[in-house]
Amino acid sequence: MPPTDTTPEAPTPDNAGAGGGSTPGDAPTTDESAPAAKGVSTHKDAAGEGEAAAALPHGAAPGIRFEKVVKRFGDNVVLRELDFTVEPGERVTLIGPSGSGKTTILRLLMTLETLNEGVIWIGDQTLWHMDRDGKRVPANQKHLHEMRKQVGMVFQQFNLFPNMNVLRNLTEGPVRVLGVSKDEAVERARSLLDLVGLADKINAHPTQLSGGQQQRVAIARALAMQPKVLLLDEVTSALDPELVVGVQDLLRDIARQSDLTLLCVTHEMAFAKDISDRVLMFDQGQIVEEGPPDQIFGEPSEQRTRDFLQAVLAS
Amino acid sequence: MADVLGSYNQWLAGAWLTIQLTLLGGALALALALVFGMAGASRHAWVRGLNRLYVEFFRGNATLVLLFWFFYALPLIGLRFTTMFAAVLALGLNIGAYGAEVVRGSIRAVPKAQYEATVALNFTPFQRMRRVLLPQAFALMLPPFGNLIIELMKGTAIVSLVGLVDLTRASKDIQGSSGETIAAFSVALVLYFVIAQMLQLFVRYAERRVDRMLGRRLPSEPSLGTIAAGAPGAGVTG
Repeated sequence: MPPTDTTPEAPTPDNAGAGGGSTPGDAPTTDESAPAAKGVSTHKDAAGEGEAAAALPHGAAPGIRFEKVVKRFGDNVVLRELDFTVEPGERVTLIGPSGSGKTTILRLLMTLETLNEGVIWIGDQTLWHMDRDGKRVPANQKHLHEMRKQVGMVFQQFNLFPNMNVLRNLTEGPVRVLGVSKDEAVERARSLLDLVGLADKINAHPTQLSGGQQQRVAIARALAMQPKVLLLDEVTSALDPELVVGVQDLLRDIARQSDLTLLCVTHEMAFAKDISDRVLMFDQGQIVEEGPPDQIFGEPSEQRTRDFLQAVLAS
Repeated sequence: MADVLGSYNQWLAGAWLTIQLTLLGGALALALALVFGMAGASRHAWVRGLNRLYVEFFRGNATLVLLFWFFYALPLIGLRFTTMFAAVLALGLNIGAYGAEVVRGSIRAVPKAQYEATVALNFTPFQRMRRVLLPQAFALMLPPFGNLIIELMKGTAIVSLVGLVDLTRASKDIQGSSGETIAAFSVALVLYFVIAQMLQLFVRYAERRVDRMLGRRLPSEPSLGTIAAGAPGAGVTG
């Protein structure tokens, strides 16, 4: 058994950094409910940038905070009392050698792994705990269901549903989970497919698409759920080299045109540099170094970061 | 031979009863298999316990003894079934236990990534099962289900021991009345075989439908010719 000296119920309930900033301005075009005469996304009011940017989630994105988070798989401690904060709307890239716990962080946020110790905040709410009679108790399914509404994830292996065509992959969640009407879900799916450049594949079957196309559909599927936090788990690792750039360009556009809080695990350093406000370097379940991409990739201060970058860039 | 074929009314009546038992028993078995199979894939230990209880008891007993039990034993404690109902119950419960294992195994065989995608899209546990896991598991269930339905059809022969005139009983009756042993039992063999082939065709058809739903064999179906030739791309892909 690993020596753990954490007291699981010790966290300070204040959440200054995370919850306080949950109103980052209501300036940008408020979301899709507004326009009266909504066509099929061919029109665009202002925002010269993107064509179908209206389909992207806008509005207050929550911050994220890890407090003394511990995650073990058996005797293997993957995260050791990890603390870090992501500001609302911030785009953060997690880098580091495999096994350093980066993906585990995303999986904890998506509730695909259970938390062992510590507290995870999304906005001013705890993900894995809920309040009962003033006490913090483990979350039940209902609480997790509520919390998951804010979070979306794109997987390395796409994970499209093979028993549905592209359109139903995009509408099933909104219709069944969010309770959106069928027509509205289809309209949103169309504009999202427009956004990812696959409008002509709406009735195709996932198996008829290339890897890059499948990943674009998967991105659109995640966005269709209107998340406020988007998790990208090595989304280009399974793609053929010539398809990587296209998906990265798409994600860059999405990052610029939305105000999502973005957590991204990647081995593509150029992409990390491009997309993120801040880079966290992980090793053995701890943050070794963090800073803006220019600093981390330009003049890292830690030897382990230098070694890692050298190894990655050499490959 | 003429005597044997002359009594085609008896043959048809017998075959019809066998088919009825197969369809009713199969429907019951399918329902039980789905319910207890999903129970076996549950997160809750006590629900999985229900699955074990059902599977182990009804898989571990001779169908014939089950039938005797429903037919002879239960009436003694005041539960009286028609013979037909007792037979359907015995067959359905027995084959359903095998089917439940098939269902459980198939659900577990759906890639974990699919389950994770349903969590990421915030599906409820019921929606995960209904919209994603079960439809995909169904493709894996069909071939073993094909085995089981034929197994069930052959198993219906036991009802001849409690007085129902199915195909087996009809063949014995005709053999007795005509004295043509070889001819009588040969006809029975052929009729069982024909029924089995009809069931097999139906299962194949269902497999093709499900394959198409899952986007296998797209865009063009391989013809019989290409399958026979073992041409590349014939058969299962993806």
